Amino acid sequence: MRVALFLTCVNDTLYPDTGRAVVKLLTRLGVDVDFPMSQTCCGQAHYNTGYRHEAEPLARHFSDVFRDYEAIVTPSGSCGAMVRELYPRMGERARAEGRGESLATTLAPVVPKTYELTEFLVDVLGVTDVGAHYPHTVTYHPTCHGLRGLGLGDRPRRLLQAVKGLELKELPGADECCGFGGTFALKNADVSAAMGADKVRNAESTGAEVLCAADNSCLMHIGGTMGRLESGMRPVHIAEILASTEEEPAV
Amino acid sequence: MSGTFVGMPAFPEAAHEAVNNRTLRGNLRHATHTIRAKREKAVSEVSDWAELREAGKQIKDHTLRHLDRYLVQLEESVVAAGGTVHWAADADEANEIVTKLVQMTGESEVVKVKSMATQEIGLNEALEAEGIRAYETDLAELIVQLGKDRPSHILVPAIHRNRGEIRDIFAREMSEWGRPAPEGLTDTPAELAEAARLHLREKFLRAKVGISGANFMVADTGTLVVVESEGNGRMCLTLPETLISVVGIEKIVPTWQDLEVFLQTLPRSSTAERMNPYTSTWTGTRDGRAGEGDGPQNFHLVLLDNGRSDTLADEVGRQALRCIRCSACLNVCPVYERAGGHAYGSVYPGPIGAILSPQLRGTASEIDASLPYASSLCGACYEVCPVAIDIPEVLVHLRERIVEGGPVVREGNKVVLKPAKGHAAERAAMRAARWAFAHPGALRTGQRLASRTRRLHPRSLPGPGKAWSGTRDLPAVPAEPFRDWWQRTNGGKESGK
Repeated sequence: MRVALFLTCVNDTLYPDTGRAVVKLLTRLGVDVDFPMSQTCCGQAHYNTGYRHEAEPLARHFSDVFRDYEAIVTPSGSCGAMVRELYPRMGERARAEGRGESLATTLAPVVPKTYELTEFLVDVLGVTDVGAHYPHTVTYHPTCHGLRGLGLGDRPRRLLQAVKGLELKELPGADECCGFGGTFALKNADVSAAMGADKVRNAESTGAEVLCAADNSCLMHIGGTMGRLESGMRPVHIAEILASTEEEPAV
Repeated sequence: MSGTFVGMPAFPEAAHEAVNNRTLRGNLRHATHTIRAKREKAVSEVSDWAELREAGKQIKDHTLRHLDRYLVQLEESVVAAGGTVHWAADADEANEIVTKLVQMTGESEVVKVKSMATQEIGLNEALEAEGIRAYETDLAELIVQLGKDRPSHILVPAIHRNRGEIRDIFAREMSEWGRPAPEGLTDTPAELAEAARLHLREKFLRAKVGISGANFMVADTGTLVVVESEGNGRMCLTLPETLISVVGIEKIVPTWQDLEVFLQTLPRSSTAERMNPYTSTWTGTRDGRAGEGDGPQNFHLVLLDNGRSDTLADEVGRQALRCIRCSACLNVCPVYERAGGHAYGSVYPGPIGAILSPQLRGTASEIDASLPYASSLCGACYEVCPVAIDIPEVLVHLRERIVEGGPVVREGNKVVLKPAKGHAAERAAMRAARWAFAHPGALRTGQRLASRTRRLHPRSLPGPGKAWSGTRDLPAVPAEPFRDWWQRTNGGKESGK
């Protein structure tokens, strides 16, 4: 199976380790991974801040880059939800504005083929034990767009529970937003910071070493808050845990 | 809407105070988490909740689509039952109608059932200006009124107050408005409730005029419906000689059968009860129905538009008019929990307020232009909404209206809004980012530049970035972006990690 990795602009620029982990993990599971070099950004930040017209060309570009692959895999629930949920909506809106069928038609092929990583592992590859080894205590934060947007359900937790050596701790208030919200973190910094601090306190109460999530943008906010609060915890993307083995452990 | 909120600062500024008020945040956190858990339990008891939610959405959408027809039908039914119907285009007109109606009775006091519509138009203040005193009879509204405060929650207007604060307000203020609080009043709920009961009972028995809103209006019989928990509503609806109901035009349902859906979803979503302790329905006047001796001799229905027709004209935003004011979205909202209700600058706080107020009032003021951003788009509000209002979708739609402008309907006229001021730098940044993302080479150059200069990056940022680095560490820029690694190692197949 030949799949395209849609790494997202945030991962590419700030979290290349997550990308390397996805490549390592999928290759180990027998998947032929390609990274189309012309990929950029799905347009979510533009769309969610109200710049729908700026987001449209980015969505078109995304479709041009990825339309010929069998599947598109992304280690981001948030960007995955952008493609799966909001691209069809952008198409509908363009149609309602009398701008023809073109955008909706262009975007349609990539929508059903785009999978968030844990969804791809469980639903497409049909695995929950990916042969990982990670001897740490971990608590899992289900990010909003993964939880309520894509409906990832218990897929990430099932994958984590099958990791050897990993002890999973329940996170109190797990389904509450961490307060990132893209430009929300800047536009409403006080509220965002208060939400982040509460998330970190809840995570600390589990006694886990690691807070894990399937979205680096939320982890950037939570990790940045942990750093400032001098918490002993570390934020780690779920891909890095699933890629970790006894021979090649994640740091 | 009410003049009470003119000159409100933008949401982030208004929220700042609440975020740093430990008592307020404690009160809000305790109250919202308690009711949230109860609601979840009450909803999980119903096996067909998803179907009920869909049915509620469909009924509301159908009614809104044919609102003109149902409003005419409602008017005919109300008149046939002995009532009088008045049409109010905006708050001023509604206040003028109600004031004149009260003046015609010769009374200078009225009792009120808790009503969002009358708060929206600032009716109490308008009556006060004409020398008419309006007494709120809902316990929480009474606390807010006595405390010279503003409501901060749709359902629990005094949610931001704890028992100690309420005791102090009663002891200090009740004598100004009527029967004083009993000597030595403590902060136990039973004593506080009894003090309010005694204080209010005198007003119920004296009042000749009652003013209410309505949760629903049934078009084919002209029946109005109020659901409540305390019984004060029933007293106000049945004892006075004259009843004036001020209701938003979107509150119609076509038939009694449609009520079946909402009388299940509303109480479970709002107070987490299986049904409301009091469900009162009234149709016209007592003289309009043969053989009945209860209820008002005069009944006036004031149908309020006040921005609703304009909202209806917006095909994405109109879903806000489905709202049945259950306030479930407030109780799950992480932003509401920290910012408090007052920060929203409207009688409609929380997620629903963030989409309703800028549509009813327009986005011209600072507070209204900031409300669509008062959300992290986490989606919890959409998930709990019993009529499936996609609040995040409308928030993003309104953000677009603010940053890009565009066609809207205001006071029945089509106008084209200009982009709001203050977004020029952001707009330029968004355009530049879009350009870079449309040119992968430019993106790569930028990434490399960031990597090469990584040791020079400051720990805190200037300008808008300051909002980030004030409370959060910045992520370190890696030595090599992923795409360079991919190319250098041929996707990890060749040397180097």
